[in-house]
Amino acid sequence: MTEIKDDVKVTPLYDRHVALGARLIPFAGWMMPVQYKGIIHEHKVVREKSGLFDLGHMGQVEVEGDDALAFLQYVASNDVSKIEPGHALYALLTNENGGVVDDIIIYRLSEGDGYFICVNASNKDKDIAWMQKWAADRTDLDVTVTDISDQTGMIAIQGPDSEKVMTPLVSVPIADLDYFSWMPNSIAGIPVRLARTGYTGEDGFEIYSDIEDNATIWDAIYAAGQDYELEAIGLGARDTLRLEARMPLYGNEMDDVITPLEAGLGWAVKLDKGEFIGRDKLSAQKAAGVPRKTIGFVIEGRSASPRSHFPLSVDGREVGFVTSGAFSPTFDQNIGLGLVDADVAGVGKPIDVIIRDRAVSAKQVKTPFYKRERG
Amino acid sequence: MTAPADLKYSKSHEWVRVDGDVVTIGLADYAQNELGDITYLELPDVGDSIVGGEPLGVVESVKAASDIYAPVGGEVVERNEDAINAPEVVNQSPYGDAWLIKVRVGDASELDALMSATTYDQFVESETGH
Repeated sequence: MTEIKDDVKVTPLYDRHVALGARLIPFAGWMMPVQYKGIIHEHKVVREKSGLFDLGHMGQVEVEGDDALAFLQYVASNDVSKIEPGHALYALLTNENGGVVDDIIIYRLSEGDGYFICVNASNKDKDIAWMQKWAADRTDLDVTVTDISDQTGMIAIQGPDSEKVMTPLVSVPIADLDYFSWMPNSIAGIPVRLARTGYTGEDGFEIYSDIEDNATIWDAIYAAGQDYELEAIGLGARDTLRLEARMPLYGNEMDDVITPLEAGLGWAVKLDKGEFIGRDKLSAQKAAGVPRKTIGFVIEGRSASPRSHFPLSVDGREVGFVTSGAFSPTFDQNIGLGLVDADVAGVGKPIDVIIRDRAVSAKQVKTPFYKRERG
Repeated sequence: MTAPADLKYSKSHEWVRVDGDVVTIGLADYAQNELGDITYLELPDVGDSIVGGEPLGVVESVKAASDIYAPVGGEVVERNEDAINAPEVVNQSPYGDAWLIKVRVGDASELDALMSATTYDQFVESETGH
């Protein structure tokens, strides 16, 4: 079971983090490792080798019933009918205004068994309440939404060596498992749901299990990984890794007001799939043209770091704000994402980041900043 | 890391080496460790005046930006361009290569408010509980 210390929850891996010298911080109600040896070092370990992440703070939800698909089609933006059993789909839970309740990954279970969803820690209670409200509202649909977070352990292994580390541990071969697919498998004899998904821009796996088995699975992977210099990775590097890969973070790139179209997530919004919450607003926004766009920018040379909510300006006119920004360990310079007035967005165009009342010159670039070479 | 005995320390974790009327200022080991990987230093120019207790500049790590406070006031006579160009030196050698600025002290009595290494070590211990 989930343990509680000083009103903050800890995962079954807490003692391992302490033993590894982690710095722990409260995050979304959980005491989580922000770093072990250092963010830059850990970031490079994941880009070059492999790293192990405790994701016990994330939420998991099961959606079952004869109308599970129809329900998800109604609450989620992407076309859930497109996923076969064993596949996964990124989607947004959208609100009536076209804003975002959360971004989620939907995994389809076996035929007739419904779906398994991974949600953000900080939004878990809100998401469950939201989905249960709509499940109750749609009396025409036979659907049950169940929070299974407390029973579910989640860890991830990410980095180019991930498959090599995992291969001797699993009972079912994983070499042919595609990106955004998952399979029932077992690790050290323990049943798991093993998905080729992640939040780093690298190859890797996210592994769901019964929470009672969480620590055993962590130990097995950590031990097997020592031949490949695998290390434990904290939330600090998780954030810089996902930013380089231009993976959005809820609350930064999108929120209940910023729409997925503004956030550059239009690829996960299927306006022609049928009715869903917020569709009319999103259709209207698309038809009129989005008023704001999400851009990527770099600041060349050594500079102060752009951080969330710092203003962005062009020719002295404020045009938007930084949604996420950080020193990029891969590129050794500062990078960021920003939400700006659509007319100033454009790769190659200049933009200023206002850092402590001073304009720092940046250049808009194509994203993702980092894209791995697929082998 | 035990604080070097020949330096004085502020409660905001800067260190000061006194050498006549010019002092050298840096960040204590505790500060660099709390900040994590340091990526940027914003320091005053030579000739600038700094005021004791007021921010003299900014240190940034991957995680956050923090003010650096002036342990004493005076005129900046030198700054460490090597540290500005390679700020990770603050993590690697906080009491050595990573001095930040040298200052001609205005009012030497401000130095009396700083802590000795022994007092500072106890202060850090009381702040962190270990």
